[in-house]
Amino acid sequence: MSVRIVSLFPDLLGTYGDGGNAVILAQRLRWRDIDCELLTVSADETVPDSADIYLLGGGEDGPQSAAAQRLNQQRSLHRAVENGATVFAVCAGMQILGESFPDMHGKTSPGLGLLDCQTLRVEKPRAVGELLTKAADISLAGRNVALGPLSGFENHAGRTRLGSAASPLAAVEIGEGNGDGYEGIVQGNVVATYLHGPVFARNPDFADAILSMTVGELSPIDDEESLLLRAVRIDAARRHELTPKPTLRQRLQWRKK
Amino acid sequence: MAIGRTVAALSKKFRVGTGSVIGGRAALIVDPHLLAHLTRARDVVIVSATNGKTTTTRLLAAAIGADQPVISNWLGANMTPGLVAALGPSSAFATAVLEVDERWLPRVLQEIKVSHGDASPLRRGVVLLNLSRDQLDRTQEVRHLAEAWRKAFKENQPTFVVANADDPLVTYAALTANHVVWVSTGMQWTADASGCPACAGRISFSETNWSCSNCDLQRPTPSISLTDDGIYADQNYSISLPLPGRVNRMNATFAFAAARQFSIDATRVIHAMEEVEEVAGRYRTATFAGQTVRLLLAKNPAGWHEALNLLERPDTPAIIGINSRIADGHDPSWLWDVDFEQLKGRYVIATGERRHDLAVRLHYAEVEHAVVEHFADCVRIAGQHLESNDITIDIVSNYTAFQDQLAQLGGLV
Repeated sequence: MSVRIVSLFPDLLGTYGDGGNAVILAQRLRWRDIDCELLTVSADETVPDSADIYLLGGGEDGPQSAAAQRLNQQRSLHRAVENGATVFAVCAGMQILGESFPDMHGKTSPGLGLLDCQTLRVEKPRAVGELLTKAADISLAGRNVALGPLSGFENHAGRTRLGSAASPLAAVEIGEGNGDGYEGIVQGNVVATYLHGPVFARNPDFADAILSMTVGELSPIDDEESLLLRAVRIDAARRHELTPKPTLRQRLQWRKK
Repeated sequence: MAIGRTVAALSKKFRVGTGSVIGGRAALIVDPHLLAHLTRARDVVIVSATNGKTTTTRLLAAAIGADQPVISNWLGANMTPGLVAALGPSSAFATAVLEVDERWLPRVLQEIKVSHGDASPLRRGVVLLNLSRDQLDRTQEVRHLAEAWRKAFKENQPTFVVANADDPLVTYAALTANHVVWVSTGMQWTADASGCPACAGRISFSETNWSCSNCDLQRPTPSISLTDDGIYADQNYSISLPLPGRVNRMNATFAFAAARQFSIDATRVIHAMEEVEEVAGRYRTATFAGQTVRLLLAKNPAGWHEALNLLERPDTPAIIGINSRIADGHDPSWLWDVDFEQLKGRYVIATGERRHDLAVRLHYAEVEHAVVEHFADCVRIAGQHLESNDITIDIVSNYTAFQDQLAQLGGLV
């Protein structure tokens, strides 16, 4: 069997290096001698409904709406999910999978309805920085998976509210995540997150958990460098290495208060 | 400016910086409209872009300098404090060739417009090279930037705009200007420009053209273009730059177009640009620990695409340095948008504060590599992988990693 991975609309949803997730999944299969096809489907092409894994990345507001519109017209992603395909989406990709999300003018636009969540624009600053979760214990395609903390970088304005059919991936330790103390969404075969990095570069077990939904148990491979990166970034997040230091003016204002 | 100079001297003395920015900041506290005052009596050309600003500014300053006194922020401090620091000590009449940060362009243009006034014969030129992703966590959306430029040109009409006809975002931004010189140097990086900036449609590209499939935005006809051996502007002018690669011939084409707006003889412009050998340390070749090394700077996917094409012959080792300080952007996930797979067959040394991010990227690209912290060790280990000592080791780094390495190689001279 050859695993078919589709990277969806990298021309619209490709702003934050999330295309790396496709490279990583494909390479992890190849290293285990599992056949795999990586298809890149751009926005003017027809989305196949017969692939095993669909990947959506982050993007800007305008292209995000265009991607949602096209996927709602074609409905092949909906059919694929019904047939049991895995969908893994990041940031803007996650937002469009929900019931609704704000477009570039702040107007509510319809999502794909594949996740029970809605994304809202809030009176809060854009969430930008290292995002670290507590241990992620999730159920994927009927299997319980313990992933440990998830590490990545977040960069989003909207906040996502989950409905009762959806579960978060994990509680947030550092950063903003969905905005309610939790990060990411899992609902059946659809998994989504605000974590960039790309997320699979820093969380190789997460990559394998997504692959296992299609191919079952996987043998271990050399992840020394990924695990070192993961440790370094978890440590950096806990030391708030990238958190902007307050300016002198801000500090003086605080003292006045 | 006296206060500014004192603070700058202190900054330099205590090694806080090169002194160019902090002096400007201090002076701006005393006089917030200092930039307007300093540009009141001179022509100004602004160079802005995601990539190529510093080099193009340097080439243009050389070109105009062949004809008249020029002042420029050649160290690349490109926001208002850096601009006033550069202009402060100069003659009030020297033509200013200013690299301006793409986000600061609207306010800088407005200041200069106010200081020139409506009826002034003084020139305000703008050179726009390209717009693509840079530092995702800071400059969120290149499209917003294009909109801000549009508004700026509409409200503060420049005397001329030299704009890249091959870049849909730049084209869209420049269309609100009354006098545009369209320049073509070929499409190099299209990944950030496939959504139409004017509507929700998509831009389709062919080898030499682009247009929106939905609205009437399309590539304007250029009047100046880069050719295989030179620059075409009514006739072909051959050019041979010491700066390497096609990317610098592209930069020179834009500088040529802007210099021609000052009616400077085309041949003099070309000769002046052919004298520029190094730009604020970029392309510096030096000897370090017995090895010949060359410094290249790349800051984002489009820049890396250019830099990887400049590397020495395919079997030589390369040193790659990645930091993620404020000036670099905190999020290096763009590493995955760079085609590091093309380094397969080379031995690569990953260094800089984000060397582990780079190592994972190289691991998945199946590029043989080592992770090394200190610069001297990088050069030594690269040297061990050289076939002979007369081969140059290329070092490609992003902004602050480059600055650190430049300091190791003796800093700016």
